[in-house]
Formats: sequence, structure tokens, C-alpha cells
Amino acid sequence: MILYWIQKAIAFAAFIALAAMGELLTEKSGGLNLGTPGTMCVGAAAGFIAAFRYCSAVENPSFIMILLLTLLTAFAASALMGLIYSFFTVTMRINQNVVGLVLTILGCGLAEFLSIFFIKSESGNVRCDSANTVFTARIPFLSEKLGVVSDLLFGYGFMLYFTIALAIILTIVFNKSRVGLNLRAVGESPSTADAAGINVTRYKYVAACVGSGITGLAGVYCVMEFKSGAWATADLITIQAFGWLAVALVIFSFWKPLNLLWGSLIFGIFYWGYLYIPELLGVELSTDLTQMLPYIITIVVLIIVSFRKKKENLGPASLGVTYFREER
Amino acid sequence: MTVRKSDREPFIHLTKRAPISTLAGLLIRAGAFVVAVLFCAIIVWIMIGVDPLTFLKTMFTGSLGIQRLGNASDFNSFWRIFTSSYFWTTVKTGCKLLLLAVALAPAFKMKFWNIGAEGQFLAGAISAAYIMFNYPNLQPYILLPLMLGVSLISGAIWGIIPALFKAKWGTNETLFTLMMNYIVMKVVDFFFNKWRGPKSALGIINGDSEAGWIRSIWKGGEAAWYKNEDLIFIITVIIIAVLMYYYLRLTKHGYEIAVVGDSQNTAKYAGISVKKVIIRSMALSGALCGLCGFLCVTSQSHTVNSNLASGYGFTAIIVAWLSKFNTFTMIGVSMLIVALENGSALMSNTYNDLGYSIAFGKIIVGVMLLFVIGCEFFINYKVVFRSRKAQKEAVEA
Repeated sequence: MILYWIQKAIAFAAFIALAAMGELLTEKSGGLNLGTPGTMCVGAAAGFIAAFRYCSAVENPSFIMILLLTLLTAFAASALMGLIYSFFTVTMRINQNVVGLVLTILGCGLAEFLSIFFIKSESGNVRCDSANTVFTARIPFLSEKLGVVSDLLFGYGFMLYFTIALAIILTIVFNKSRVGLNLRAVGESPSTADAAGINVTRYKYVAACVGSGITGLAGVYCVMEFKSGAWATADLITIQAFGWLAVALVIFSFWKPLNLLWGSLIFGIFYWGYLYIPELLGVELSTDLTQMLPYIITIVVLIIVSFRKKKENLGPASLGVTYFREER
Repeated sequence: MTVRKSDREPFIHLTKRAPISTLAGLLIRAGAFVVAVLFCAIIVWIMIGVDPLTFLKTMFTGSLGIQRLGNASDFNSFWRIFTSSYFWTTVKTGCKLLLLAVALAPAFKMKFWNIGAEGQFLAGAISAAYIMFNYPNLQPYILLPLMLGVSLISGAIWGIIPALFKAKWGTNETLFTLMMNYIVMKVVDFFFNKWRGPKSALGIINGDSEAGWIRSIWKGGEAAWYKNEDLIFIITVIIIAVLMYYYLRLTKHGYEIAVVGDSQNTAKYAGISVKKVIIRSMALSGALCGLCGFLCVTSQSHTVNSNLASGYGFTAIIVAWLSKFNTFTMIGVSMLIVALENGSALMSNTYNDLGYSIAFGKIIVGVMLLFVIGCEFFINYKVVFRSRKAQKEAVEA
């Protein structure tokens, strides 16, 4: 049973971690993007619509095409949200929290509207099974022959491994490359970075767009694997809540991509806690009240983080602050 | 003499603008609003072929029209027609948003990012509903004040918890308040599921006895125009908005909030206890959100569910920020947002292509807000283009 629990937790953790990685990238450049929930919804809707339209238009949909179409559309649509975000916060220098919240409203509306507009169906539920097959395809040998190890480590779709790879890549980029150094400089002190000849605007734009794109991928990943390829507009509320969890997870991880992986795993374990904890403890617990756990854990972690104020555990110094070169 | 490329001034550069007059600011924002509405009209025209004039007309009817909703025949007096019109719906829903925005004003003025209005609202709503559900036999003049008190206290507690940690250890309040929302949502779900029993939904609480409803105050008496739950709601909200204006402008508390918001160090130096101000203001903020929950349960919905605030806790933040914490401006802004929502609701009900959902309204509101907050840029900054003349003078000098 614990095995199932961990498996479910990992599957949940993967897309939350991916969404949080996108947000982390944006925050490294000093932009607190509260539009993450909206971006995730837009990515999910765009990716699903692309896959659904393709599958219903073509007789024998090829898996490669489904994959490319879904991921590219999701990435492009949500990167566009990132572009709007950076245009308003970087170029027009408007309060980041306000723009983020507006984008959340807009994004959730857009996602619902586009899915209604492009998927005409009588019932509220729409499925795209071939896309689900692609996203849940297992690694042939490793996922079958190794017993418990296969179940635990290889019983997931490819996006999990993509997420882990991305975490490693991001860690290397942040710590070992010049681009990463510049990006961190922009996030810590834009005026210093500006004086050192770094193009602050460009870094902020690219970070926000790529970051939002990654968040959007997490959205479509959530629909295709977690929701097993079924689309229901009611699910957007759940995705929105996941988006907020992702924002919280970034703080949880002390702004380090690798920490996101285990941080999200803890989230995952507590998220599914309501299914297993009562049985493990042998007590009757209300499902609704047990479902509070991930949120309570987040708060506890927030408090602990604020207790021990280590410099390296704090976020980028200019996080949430708008940079205007001519301001003293 | 030619100027080398590297010596040239950049093509565009920005300078901060001196504060502009209220009228000019208002005109710029109104302009942005008009542009946003036209933008939406054209998009709708392209997408589903409804011409802009019909769009504007439908939007207007759905938001401010005094056509009555439904076709019941017992609408005999003007007042009954009026209180069932689109206009009335907009006003009463707008007041819900307004009260939340007013509640957020003290918190945001001291730069405390309280994203938890939704949760504080629900905390108030669920505790009111709890009393209402469990003690329906109390007399109205005991029951209602009891519900009110419990709502205020639970809303305040929900606001104080993050404030305590923020004041003491500087815990990130944005996420703290956000997570508090989800916790109270689960509490609401818990009671919702417990109370509904085997039924599929909770339905209206105390539908027969009307205990704990505002209208139980005058139950059995003669009908009169002022015996209207919505009217009481609206009047309460307006009074609170006005009081909050003077609280923030004229009282010592309001002044302390402003100083803490501008600079905590200045506040400390001036002998203001920052911790006390943060906790006190958040208690006030939370209590008012709780009050909104109480009013919503007793006068509008008469029931409770985790989506009762319908996202207004978040929208209220934008309202508060756009109005620069001026509660009189908030009245206009929140009415405008709800008007747009209701207008687009009628649009999507009339034209099936827009898909019978609140999604279209969210988009319209989102686009409108983007335009209006976008124009803040033109209010705060001046765009200066490189001019040949200035260039020449610079070179000659």
C-alpha cells in the first residue's frame, strides 16, 4: 500500500515540480509571477485542444506528431502569457502582484473559453485517449522486469524524467554558466547588473517567457497524465489550486531546482494522505479535513524558513521589485 | 558634423512624470476603459460575428438595464420591478466586491499582501452558517447578533494568524494567507458534506423557518419597500466604505498604517509599534471580510459552499490597488467590474457560441483590467523620443 502511495505521490509531484521550476526561473530574474495558475490553465487548454483537434482530424494520428503538437502549443501559448507579464512588469513597470493576479483571472477565463470554443461537444467531458497513451507510455524493459524497482522508479510517463533532467540542467545553468550568473545578478541587484553591462530587460523577458512556457507544459502534463487525458472545465479549478501550490513550492525549495523534486514529493505524499493515512493509523478521519494537510505543511515550512534566516535560503534580493534605471 | 552611433541618445527613453491632476488621471483611465471595451467588441465581432453595436447594447442591458429578470406577473409596483432588474443585481453583487475591497484597504495600505480575503470571507460565512444550522430555534434578535459576532471574530482570527507570524518573524504573508484560504475551504467542504447528508447538495439552510435570515427580523409584519434584504446589505456596505475612508484619512490609526506602509524604519523611529499596527490592521481587515461572509449568508445566498466568494477575494485586491486605497473610488471600480461581468454573462447567455459560462466574463474583465492597469504607465512615466533638434544642440554645445 505504501508503494502505491509513493507511486501516486511521485506522479503528482512531477508536474507540480515542473510548474514550480517555471516559476523558479522567473523568480531568479526578480519577477514574482502570481499569474502561474492562469498560465498553467492556458497551457493545459492549448495543449489539449491541439491534441484533440489533431486526433479527431486525422485518421491514424502519429504519436510523434501528437507529442510535438501538444507540447509546442502548450509552451507557445503559455510563453505568450509570460510575454504579457514581462511587457507589463518590465517595460511598463507595473506592480508585479497586480499584473500576476489579473493574468490568473484572464488565464483561467481564456482556458475555459477556448476549450468551449474549440471543442464542440454535447457532454462536458471530452477525452483524448491517444494523447494519454503517448504521455503514459512506459520504458519497455525497465518498467516490467525489475519488480518493485520498476514500479517505483520506472512506472511513469516520460515527463517525469524530463522534469528530473530539467532540474539538473537548471541547477548547472544557474551555478556553472555565465548565463546563469548573469541571471542571478539580474535577480539580486538589477542596477549592479545593468552597470556591469548585462541587458537586464532581455534577461527578465526571456526568463519570464521560458519560465511561463515550462509552467504551461506542467499544465498539459497534468491533464494528459494525472487526469488521464480527460478534459472537463471543472478541472480548471483544481489546476488553479495546483498552480498556487507551485508558487508556494518555490519558497519551500529555497530557490534551488533540485530541492523542488523532494519538496514536491512531500507535497505529493500529503496530498494523497487522505487515502492512506486513516487506514495506516487505523482511525476514521474526515476526507475533507485530511485534505488540508498539504496546505498546513506549506504553512509550517514557511514559518520554519522564516525562523532561520540564512542568507542563502532567501530568495533573489530584488524579487517583486520593479526596476527603473533612472530611479535612485 | 555627424554623430557616431554610440554617442546617440537611445531612441526612446522614459522619465518619471510629476504627479498629474486628478482630472487628467481620470480621463486617461476612462480612455483606457473605452479602448478596452472597443477592443473586446472587435474581438467578439471577428470571432462570432456579433456587431459592436449589438455587443455594447447587450453589455449595457445585462449590467445596467432596468428590464426585469424573468417574467413573473406579480411584479406590480415599480419597486418590485426595480429590485429584480439587471441593474439591481449589479449593485448588490458589486457591494459584495466593494466590501471585500474596503476590508483589504488597511492591509494593503501598510503593504501587507493579504491574498486571503477569500479565506477570511469563508471563515465568517461558515461560522455564521454553523450557528444558523445548529441553533435555528433562538429568537432572531439573539441569533443574528450571535452570528454576526462569531463571524467577525473568526474572520479576524483568520487574518491575525498570518499577521502574527509576519510581525514576529517576517514570514511571507502572501503565501501564508493564500494557504489559509485552502484550509478554510476544506473546513467548509467538511461541513457542507456533513450537513447535506445523503442529498446531492446542501440547498438553502432553514428554508422553512427562515431562522438566521435577515428577513426573519420583520417576518410576519406588513410588506414595505424598505423590508428588503439586499437593501440592508447595500446600505451596510456603503456605510462601512464611508467610515473606512475617514478611518484611513483622519484617525491616528489610519496615519500609523500609512507610515508603516511607506517605511517601517520611519515608523519605528517615530515610536510606532509596527507589530501592533500590523496585527491590529489585519484583525480589522479579516473581521470586515468575515462580516462580508456573514452578510452574504444571511441576506444573499442563505447557504454556504466553498465557492461562495466566487473569486472576489482576489478581484478585490485589484480593486483596492487600482483605487489607491480610496474607498470612494472603490465604489466606482467594483461596480464597473461587476457590471462588465454581468454584461458579459448576458452576452454569453444570448449567443451560444460564447458558451454559457462565466469564462467569457472573466476574459472581458481580465482584458479591461490589463488596459486600465496598463495606463498607469502613462500616468507615472513620460515617454521621450530622441529629437533631432536636441541632438544637434547637444553636439554643438
